This record gives sequence, C-alpha cells and structure tokens, in this order.
Amino acid sequence: MWLIKMAWKNMWRNRSRTTITMAAIFFAVILSVIASSLKEGIFGNLVKNVVSFYTGYIQVHKKGFWDEQTLDNSFKSSPETEQLILDNKNVVMVASRLESFALASSVNITKGCLVAGIDPRKENMITSLEKKVIRGSYLKDTDYAVLLSQGLAERLKLTANDTVILIGQGYRGATAAGKYLVKGIVKFGSPDLNNRTLFMPLATAQNFYSADGMITSYVLSLNKTSHLQDIRSLLDGALGQAFEVMTWEEMIPEVKQHIQTDSSNMKYVQGILYLLICFGIFGTLLMMMVERRFEMGMLVSIGMKKSMLIVLLLYESVFTVFVGCLLGIIASIPLVYYLNRHPIRIGGETAKAYERFGFEAIFPASTEVWIFAYQGMVVLVIGLLLSLYPVYKVIRLDPVTAMKR
Amino acid sequence: MNTVIDAHNVSKVYNKETIPVYAVNNVHLHIERGEFTALVGPSGSGKTTLLNLIGGLDKPDNGSVFINELDITKLSTNELIDFRLKNIGFVFQSFNLIPVLTAKENVEFIMLLQHIKKSVRDARVQQLFRQIEMSDKMDARPAQLSGGQQQRVAVARALASRPKFVLADEPTANLDSKSAFNLLDIMAKLNKEEHITFLFSTHDQRVIERARRVITLVDGRIVSDTAAVSTRHEKADV
Ligand SMILES: Nc1ncnc2c1ncn2[C@@H]1O[C@H](COP(=O)(O)OP(=O)(O)OP(=O)(O)O)[C@@H](O)[C@H]1O
Ligand SMILES: [Mg+2]
Repeated sequence: MWLIKMAWKNMWRNRSRTTITMAAIFFAVILSVIASSLKEGIFGNLVKNVVSFYTGYIQVHKKGFWDEQTLDNSFKSSPETEQLILDNKNVVMVASRLESFALASSVNITKGCLVAGIDPRKENMITSLEKKVIRGSYLKDTDYAVLLSQGLAERLKLTANDTVILIGQGYRGATAAGKYLVKGIVKFGSPDLNNRTLFMPLATAQNFYSADGMITSYVLSLNKTSHLQDIRSLLDGALGQAFEVMTWEEMIPEVKQHIQTDSSNMKYVQGILYLLICFGIFGTLLMMMVERRFEMGMLVSIGMKKSMLIVLLLYESVFTVFVGCLLGIIASIPLVYYLNRHPIRIGGETAKAYERFGFEAIFPASTEVWIFAYQGMVVLVIGLLLSLYPVYKVIRLDPVTAMKR
Repeated sequence: MNTVIDAHNVSKVYNKETIPVYAVNNVHLHIERGEFTALVGPSGSGKTTLLNLIGGLDKPDNGSVFINELDITKLSTNELIDFRLKNIGFVFQSFNLIPVLTAKENVEFIMLLQHIKKSVRDARVQQLFRQIEMSDKMDARPAQLSGGQQQRVAVARALASRPKFVLADEPTANLDSKSAFNLLDIMAKLNKEEHITFLFSTHDQRVIERARRVITLVDGRIVSDTAAVSTRHEKADV
C-alpha cells in the first residue's frame, strides 16, 4: 500500500511531464477510437447499403442453389421452415422469393432478365423497394403485373402502363409464357441490378413458372447485424442438411474484399498513430530513468530490493497510461456519439458519385462498445510493453555506477 | 567478539586490461563495535572504493570482507541487498533522501522495507528525530530542508533499522563548516550514547580532528592508522 502511495507521489514529482504523457495517451486514444469507429461505421453503412440493394444480410436456399441457380433447386415454401428460422431471436422477418430467368419482350426488342417473385410488403421492409419506384406505382400481393428496373425498361423502350411479354422455362420443363402490365419502373444504384431485373408478386411468379408453392430463397431481416456468423451457425444447425444458409459476405464477396483492403489501409494509419504513442511514452520513460538514476542507485544501496523498485516503477507507468487511457475513452464517448448522430456528410462530386450508386453520402461513426474497449486495450498494452524498459534498466542497475557523478 | 568489520587483503583493480589502477591495494582493516573512525586521504586515494567494498556495494578482486564474522564477498547481489538493509546504515555525500517523501517518511522507508509494524516505526521515528534535534521538521520535504538538515535526516534513516554500523562517504563535503560540525556533533553523540559504530571518509581537516581514529589512505594503501593513539585519547577523555 505504501508503495502505491509512493508511486502516486513519484508520478507527480514532475507534474508537467506526467501531464504531457497522459495528454499524449489521452489524445491518442481519442484519435484511434474515432478513427476506428468511423471505419466501422462507414463499412457498416456500406454493407447496409449494399445488402439493401437486393441480397439482405442472410439468405436461406435449398442446398446447392447458389452454385446452380435454377428452378430445379427450388423448394416448397412451408410455414414450419419459416417458423424454424423465426425461432432465432435475431430474425425479425422472413421474405420468400422465387427467382429465375426469362426473356422479356416489347414489340420488337427482346432481352434476358432476372425475374424475382417477391412478397411486396415484406420485400419492401428489407430492401425498401417501394422507395426505388421512379415511375408508376409499387406492387400489391394480388397484382398480375410487374416492376421493371429502369435500365431494362429503357432497353425494351417500355414505361409504366405498357405491356411486357415474358417467355421462359418453367418448373420441371414446363413452358412459361405470359403478358404483364408494367406497373412501375424501379431505379437501382447498382448497374447490374438496374439493367436486368424484373419484379412480380410471388404468386404471379409461381403461376408463370408453374411452380405452385415453390420458392428459391428466404431473405432474412435481422435485429442486429453484428454477429452474422453466429446467427448463421445457429440457423445452419436448426435447418439441417437440406438447406444452405449464406451471409452477404459469401453472396457478394467483392464487397467483403473491398472492405478488407480498405481496412488494411486504415491499419497503416493506426499503426503510425500507435508508433507516435510509443515514442511519446518511451521518451518520457527514458527521461525519467536518466533523471532518477542516482536515486535508484541510492535506493538499492540502502537495501531496497530490485523487484520492489520494479513494482514501484510499474505502478507509476501503469497509472499514467491507465489514467490517460481511461480519460481518453471517457472523452471519446460523447464525440463518437455526436458523430453517430450527426454523421459527416460530404457534398459535391463525390456525393453525386455515391448517390449514383444508390449510397447515401454520409459517414456515421459506429458506437459499438468493443471499439472503445479494444482501442483502450491496445494503448494500454503498448504502455505496459514500454514499461518493460525501466524494468530492464533496474535489473541491470549497478548502484555504484549509478551513484557516480 | 566485538569485531564488526574485518577486511583481509582486500584489493580492487580498475582497468585490468589496459593500465591497471589499484584503487584499493591489499588493505587490512579491523573495526570494533563503538568506534568512530575517519578514513582520510587525497582525492583518488581509494576511500570511496574501500567504503563500497565494506558496504557490500562492490566486490573486491581479492581478499575478503567479514561483517560480524560473515564473509559478505560470498553473498550474491540479491543477498547483499538484503544484507545491507539489515546490517548497514548508509549516508552519502548528497541527495540521500527521496524527494517526494517527507523527512519522517524517508526515515520510515527503511523500516517499511523491513516490514516493521507501525507502532514500532512511529516510536523509532520520534526517537530518532529527537536525537538529530529535528522533531519540528518531520513533515518537511527534503527540498524544504537545508543541506545540513538533509544530512541529519540521512543519519536518522541510516540508524532506523538499527544497523551494525554506519558508513558515510564524505557526509560533510557539501556542507558549510557550521553545518558540518553540527552533523559531526550529532554523529559523535550517537556514537557515545548509543555506541553506534561510524566509519566515514572525509577531506576536511576540522572533521578529521573530531574522529577518535584516523586511517589514512594513499594510492589505495593504508599509510597510517591512529588506532593506538585514539585509544589513549579516549581513555584520557573519560
Ligand atoms: N569505475 C571506475 N573505473 C576506473 N577507475 C576507477 C573507477 N572508480 C574509481 N576508479 C579509480 O580508483 C581510484 C580510487 O577512486 P575513489 O573514488 O575510491 O577515490 P576517493 O578516495 O574516494 O576520491 P575522492 O576523494 O575524490 O572521492 C581513482 O584513481 C579512480 O580514478
Ligand atoms: Mg570518494
């Protein structure tokens, strides 16, 4: 106990030095927390944008569907299966889709397209499809009509209230053909989706493909999107061998790739930040050891065990680093929350580029607790590792040389 | 029986590979309990080196140092630290005290290292500050004390653990003569009343005169020792 008191007094023997060290750690923690939570927030936002285009965070298919996306790999929609999925407390809603291909024709133009039979209400809750309608109106469950993506409509030279003819291959080799009212045009940021997608109510699609009661996928709406892998494993276990559960990371690996590349760039920035902290802390430790060399020689001379002296010095540096870290974390909480509520908005050309792809040009900060904890821990660990320097110096301390003037 | 320090054949050589410097050269030294001895000699004569060898801060290249019949040259570095704590009081030329602790805490520090319980510590601290005549300055920081007062606190600290003897390397070198005499008076009084053994080095002629035994070193060798004279002097005193 007296050792702790002595360490505390030692910390303040050079007030400005300790304050500067603490301030350096304080700002380092704030900077790295903000950098980290912006990074997480931006990526989270990116993923949210991307998955809300079409895929959602998690989908359930019949096993093998993703590799061979045909109606032969569709399955019977059943309330029991839906219930199994909904039993996971993180799953809020399950939307069914029947997806396949067809040729879409207007008077004299024909284009291949992706036909998505959807539950209009649920689909809208997951992918906000209704918001993407730029002409005409959104679908109802019972409509015998379709929505055309804008690029596809342009190619077919069709607009709302025109008629489109679809020809394709139905379930188990049946011929699929039909004539549908174009109820609306939807615009997607992703060129891929914008150029080749067509939506119709699920029942209409099942009818078109002669696939009564069949669907190809469940798209899940989740409560929390942070522990995807856990949710996925749970669902995998619950649904068994017949189904495949896939996360957005598997369905759109390009985005995952992009995030990883950007993350590692960010790591360099943070690495430099940590390096600066290292130099800051190390500089003070170096100065302190020079300044107190004589005193430490004297302490060992009069009989203070080196181990005890080491503990004393460790208390001092751990206190300093810990207090700096703690204050940094405390101060960064309101800052990060502010950046979460009032995300950084960018304007001008960049914003337009973002919007063209259907992204909102905002950069919110993530307020996940682990970010604060993790960044605090990293700085703490750096501080502790650097505290090994005084330990090393004390182990090698020779009182006679130390006290020589 | 009453021998506290017994150094045999002690030598310390620096720069063995190049031009060897015999800082201490084949020294025999015998000190009894209750002695008040000054180690004198010109600068570079080996006073500090000899005191470091006796205090177990340094190891001789040759010879052995017995403290209370224990050969401390056989102890490991860690055993020596513990040995110093329990057996030897140290007073250095300056910067003896821990600047962040008060005078009282500095004296208490040695006892804390020995896990002595609070009531005993408090009583001892009170007694020591009375003896160094600084009871009113117990709560002052070293920076608030004069050089002489700091050295007196250092003496109190050296005595706190009831060591076998006190080693002081030029304890008065940084003091004006009034403070120097004052410190010497206190050391002499402690020696007389409590039979505390002091061995101190000094340059100062007036300090030398206060010693009861004067050992003179030149080039690492003892060239004179007034042991016989001082004994006679002591008898005459009583
Ligand atoms: N670490 C060392 N390396 C080399 N030589 C040393 C070392 N320490 C002391 N010496 C030499 O040993 C001799 C004795 O030094 P010491 O410090 O014991 O003398 P001293 O009598 O205490 O002198 P002073 O009165 O100036 O304090 C000197 O010649 C000194 O140069
Ligand atoms: Mg000396």
